[in-house]
Amino acid sequence: MRITCPYCGQRDLAEFAYGGDATQPRPDEADLDAERWAQYVFSRKNPRGWHQEYWQHLHGCRAWLQVTRNTATHEIAEVGLPHGQ
Amino acid sequence: MTTLDPIMRYSAFNLFKQGLRGHRGWPLAWRAPTPAKHYDVIIIGGGGHGLATAYYLAKNHRVGRIAVLEKGWIGGGNTGRNTTIVRSNYMIGSNVDFYEWSMKLWEGLSQDLNFNVMLSQRGQFNLVHSDAQVDAARRRGNVMRAHGIDAELLDAQAVQEALPQLDYRDSARFPIYGALYQGRAGTARHDAVAWGYARAADRLGVDIIQNCEVSGFEFSGERVVGVKTNLGTIGAGRVGVAVAGNSGRLAQMAGFELPIESHILQAFVSESIKPCLDHVVGFGAAHFYISQSDKGGLVFGGDLDGYNSYAQRGNMPILRDVISSAVALMPQVSRLRLLRHWGGVMDMTMDGSPIIGPTPVDGLFLNGGWCYGGFKATPASGWCFAHSLANGGHHPLATDFTLERFEKGLTLDEKGMGPRPWAH
Repeated sequence: MRITCPYCGQRDLAEFAYGGDATQPRPDEADLDAERWAQYVFSRKNPRGWHQEYWQHLHGCRAWLQVTRNTATHEIAEVGLPHGQ
Repeated sequence: MTTLDPIMRYSAFNLFKQGLRGHRGWPLAWRAPTPAKHYDVIIIGGGGHGLATAYYLAKNHRVGRIAVLEKGWIGGGNTGRNTTIVRSNYMIGSNVDFYEWSMKLWEGLSQDLNFNVMLSQRGQFNLVHSDAQVDAARRRGNVMRAHGIDAELLDAQAVQEALPQLDYRDSARFPIYGALYQGRAGTARHDAVAWGYARAADRLGVDIIQNCEVSGFEFSGERVVGVKTNLGTIGAGRVGVAVAGNSGRLAQMAGFELPIESHILQAFVSESIKPCLDHVVGFGAAHFYISQSDKGGLVFGGDLDGYNSYAQRGNMPILRDVISSAVALMPQVSRLRLLRHWGGVMDMTMDGSPIIGPTPVDGLFLNGGWCYGGFKATPASGWCFAHSLANGGHHPLATDFTLERFEKGLTLDEKGMGPRPWAH
């Protein structure tokens, strides 16, 4: 698996660290509802197919990336910056 | 309960008798039934856990007709894709007594099933490489001993006497300080576990239906009353899910989410060599475990690849990582060739501990989240899940393995990694 970093180009998987599911919205800090926080921290759609996820180019430019990757084939469709920055 | 047919029973006498007829008289080990319209309990997943559940359900409980549905062939998933290690060295909550009960069931399993699961209690050394790790091992050992589980803290010299082939040089990257040893731990033949449970469950009247993939659930109001499959809709009083890495997909079909991510774990077998490793060894400086199979291959594995995957195959960085652990521990293996190498899909929970019991959907029960420790748990997992399917609720040995523990803050995080399933 190779990931095309927007800053560094196509790099080997070994340079990247995984940051997990990018689809769970973080509740507002003032939100004290335990259920919503539990949903954010623990609950996952865990799809077989296209998955939005965070990666960090840890052994490169250290930028955090948002990647669209297929969990059944390991194909990568899109690499961008988190939250469409 | 049906009684054992004496011809079917595996014994020295029957082996001799069948030998006289050229071994052509052995009946099939289990039937290939066509699915009935309705079962009292349907178990989805014909791996070790599903088959063990069916067996203990038929043996220990009275629930009527039972079916196991398997999308491929039995034991073709993670049951055939592990490193076959059996141990009970856990420390937190239900884990301790649950895995010990599993160990006890392993010890009597071949006799119970009338099928040789080739349990080999060769002992496991969990190596430690620093003073802090010695303290942690002592604490774990004390917890185990307080629960009546065998554990022994060994110093470096005692480890060297038992395992002379490891790297004890001062120049070793991670010097060996000692080990926590469990003598009753060991390995079992993984395929035999699936076959043994299948045969024993079949003898008690369980229908094992292979090539039957579930594509959805039938509801009556809020309650699950059946499953949709490629062989048609089958009605069910209760449905149990034991599908390892696919737990999330089944939950999605039923309309809820789980605190689970599916991750890929690779394992490796070297070419066969003469006996050189009598025990199971866990390397404490990295995540690495190794044993030698009866055929002579070194069987070993390490960390997850570390990203969500359903692919049943991994990538090269982790291969390099695992091989470097092997060479750091046993430098003489550096020129061995790999014979086989595969990946399995693990259902990793947010705390690294399993889930056995009811789900938010009425009539639907879950046995999942085994992370990469499912093989050793097979007997107790089936035992406790059978209890849940027969009586509802949780078995007394599995009271902590609930789905609600996450939102209640009662997680069982044995490794202390937090909600990062790829780090457990």
